[in-house]
Amino acid sequence: MEWVNAVVQGTLLGGLYALFAAGLSLIFGVMRLVNIAHGDLIVLAAYLALSTAAGLGLHPLAALTVVVPAMAAAGYALQRGLINRTMGGDILPPLLVTFGLSVIIQNGLLMGYTADPQKLQAGTLETASLSALGLTVGVLPLLTFALAVAVIGALQWMFYRTALGRAFRATSDRQDVAQLMGLNRAHVFGLAMALSLAVTALAGVLLGIRTAFDPAGGGARLIFGFEAVIIGGLGNLWGTLAGGVILGVAQAVGGQIHPGFQILAGHLVFLAVLAVRPRGLFPKMEG
Amino acid sequence: MPEALLAIDGLDVFHGDFQALYGIAAEVAPGEMVAVIGANGAGKTTLLRAVAGLLGRRAAAIRWKGRPIGGMRADRVAALGIALVPEGRLLFPSLSIEENLLIGGRMGRRGPWDLAAVYRLFPILRERRGFAPAQLSGGQQQMAAIGRALMANPELILIDEISLGLAPVAIRQLYEVLPGIVGEGMAAVIVEQDTTRALAVTRRFYCLQEGRVALAGASGSVTREAIGRAYFGV
Amino acid sequence: MDVTRASRLTRAAAVAGLVLLVALAAAPWWAGRADMRLLGEIFLYMALATLWNLLAGYAGLVSVGQQAYVGLGGYLLFALTMLAGLPVLAALPVVLIAGAVVAVPVAALIFRLRGAYFAIGTWVIAEVFRLTAAQLSALGGGSGASLPPAVVRTLAEGRDLREAMAYWLAFGLLVLVLAAAVAILRSRHGLALTAIRDNELAARSLGIDIWRTKLFVYVAVGGLTALAGALIFLQKLRISPDAAFAVNDWTAFVIFIVVIGGIGTLEGPIIGTLVFFALRETMADLGTIYLIALGAVAIVVMLRAPDGLWGLIRARTGAELFPLSRRVTGIPPRP
Ligand SMILES: Nc1ncnc2c1ncn2[C@@H]1O[C@H](COP(=O)(O)OP(=O)(O)OP(=O)(O)O)[C@@H](O)[C@H]1O
Ligand SMILES: [Mg+2]
Repeated sequence: MEWVNAVVQGTLLGGLYALFAAGLSLIFGVMRLVNIAHGDLIVLAAYLALSTAAGLGLHPLAALTVVVPAMAAAGYALQRGLINRTMGGDILPPLLVTFGLSVIIQNGLLMGYTADPQKLQAGTLETASLSALGLTVGVLPLLTFALAVAVIGALQWMFYRTALGRAFRATSDRQDVAQLMGLNRAHVFGLAMALSLAVTALAGVLLGIRTAFDPAGGGARLIFGFEAVIIGGLGNLWGTLAGGVILGVAQAVGGQIHPGFQILAGHLVFLAVLAVRPRGLFPKMEG
Repeated sequence: MPEALLAIDGLDVFHGDFQALYGIAAEVAPGEMVAVIGANGAGKTTLLRAVAGLLGRRAAAIRWKGRPIGGMRADRVAALGIALVPEGRLLFPSLSIEENLLIGGRMGRRGPWDLAAVYRLFPILRERRGFAPAQLSGGQQQMAAIGRALMANPELILIDEISLGLAPVAIRQLYEVLPGIVGEGMAAVIVEQDTTRALAVTRRFYCLQEGRVALAGASGSVTREAIGRAYFGV
Repeated sequence: MDVTRASRLTRAAAVAGLVLLVALAAAPWWAGRADMRLLGEIFLYMALATLWNLLAGYAGLVSVGQQAYVGLGGYLLFALTMLAGLPVLAALPVVLIAGAVVAVPVAALIFRLRGAYFAIGTWVIAEVFRLTAAQLSALGGGSGASLPPAVVRTLAEGRDLREAMAYWLAFGLLVLVLAAAVAILRSRHGLALTAIRDNELAARSLGIDIWRTKLFVYVAVGGLTALAGALIFLQKLRISPDAAFAVNDWTAFVIFIVVIGGIGTLEGPIIGTLVFFALRETMADLGTIYLIALGAVAIVVMLRAPDGLWGLIRARTGAELFPLSRRVTGIPPRP
């Protein structure tokens, strides 16, 4: 039963990882950008929610109404003002610039909020749980998972069924020809980053309700998201969800074996997938 | 001649250090069909890409209805009503045929062309609309690329290598529909390897040679010898 | 007509370099203890920066996980001396070789990833190393361990001599790394690397085995980075997983150094390190602001002067201190 429980908890945790990953997957899909600051932006969103909730006396979930648009706007501005200037064939400029951002965000948060861990106070949502079949699952993890499925479903729909999605895919295919269709590359990239950070905002708030966070925690979140993307296969959003779940289950089962083994087990599963299926389990696109 | 829709004057274009075009001068009148011919590497593609905004910097070198547009971003040029059918078709591989057409029409310019009109022109595309571009024959892909450009309801359509790599049947088919497409509100510039055919369907032509206009004039009155000289510079 | 790598400037630089070499080697006789420690730290950062530059600037392997090897080297030193009882000087060559050996299977895994995903893959490896180190109860688990005095004494008896030894080791490593970099770049591999960097496809069609060339560089850099890590923690005398595998200390700052100085040149990392320490020594009181400034400077340099400070200097003067690029001399001027 303990093991079944671990698998169930891990699956639900995978929802959170899929949310970490969805934003990464999106910007990689549209502009082949890997944003090193992604994890720090997740943490930044959690802090933003902390201040919003405290300042306006809101529930952290209600703070989403502020944090999501704020992060989306920041994403658009960041892309147009900074990252677009680095988007050529060479991978180093975007990597370095987002690395620089990562260090700036971390230390900015350190100055603003100190290194002490913080948590978003969500009242009964934190402890509420449901029981069935001898299993007890928290309402928060369940909600997180449901939101992850909803977000990924919505992104999938946006990507394959809307004009915006067509613009994203066309720009991803051939940037110059997309310009001929009247698509301004800089704007399309800005929109992709805005969307990515909107999802990131949701992920950050859910993270902050679930566990304590501190300014240095971005790296680990980037890595979990990245692992989910690679395990699932590049360019496949549902694959990313599956990747998140696999990672979550690996960690939960690993933690069940030995507490010190939890995170390591996730990394090892990732490396095993890399060794056996370097393009991920459900690849759709060339890396 | 009526007032020029597109007027090019003194256009130099570089690929890095390599100069591909030298002081090109050319004009296209509204509703007119113009051929650009020349040997491989003469600069035909470079010229069309420069007009479409993908290359070149100097604003005054290209004018659209009198307004300088040289070096303007390609998406802005497209919005003015200039559509390019690029060499090699360059459909979007991850979009279906119908999506390729739809994205061509995303700017919402008014005009006769919409999905239904393109499907009427190329009925095979309706049958293949859910297919990926790679699943179509070369001729069908060229139809889709032309359809994608038409969807923008441009005032000027630039077609690079209209028949390259196509079977004779497909070429004949394309040339049959061409006069029906152009005229009225739309002018066209076509790049074509088969000079005889190009001169037969157009009113005027420009022949490029190593980045310069070697010969230009009325398509109907030019001699084979003159073309040959302009082509190869002998 | 003659093809040569040397110019008047590289020859002058060689003479000046020799003088500098002797002066720095003699530092224990003229420098104070604190200055020597600072110099040692500068040398180690220069070595790390030069190594990362070899990877990213020449082999196109943009790693953000070099902390894996720094930490590995540090932990190996502690394990070999504390657990296996080796004297420090005997442990160091073992660290060098072990670092290189570990790099082989790591490369086999992460070379499957391209571009930026390769970068994050290297980071995952570093995390695996960090989490593994945290499980080593013999070395203090998550809280780490200190090098016992008995081990430190195997380096040298008196404190002064020990400090001098640590300094010389750091200096020796820097000289070794610079020599290795010059040797690699002047070798067949170096030519291949330049070809790959300029055009991977063309290089492949020339029959250059890209994979093996990259592997060679990755493994060599892995071994030398591990050695640098061992010396870093020999200086610190204390190790913990978080310090040993810190992405900011051993990778982010190193990348900033290389970019600020000028990536893809041997001079760049040296200049970048000097700038980094100048910033640090003058702004250290400002705490985290200094790190924010460092990140911002790196971003601005990348956007405005992607060839870095050395690139700016070279563009102005055409200077080159290391005899690497070939130049043709003795051609009569064109009429
Ligand atoms: N991206 C590029 N980089 C460098 N040189 C280029 C580039 N594109 C074209 N050129 C050069 O510019 C010149 C003109 O090329 P362009 O493609 O315009 O010729 P073209 O007339 O379209 O030829 P073709 O009939 O073969 O399509 C050629 O000499 C070509 O080598
Ligand atoms: Mg051409």
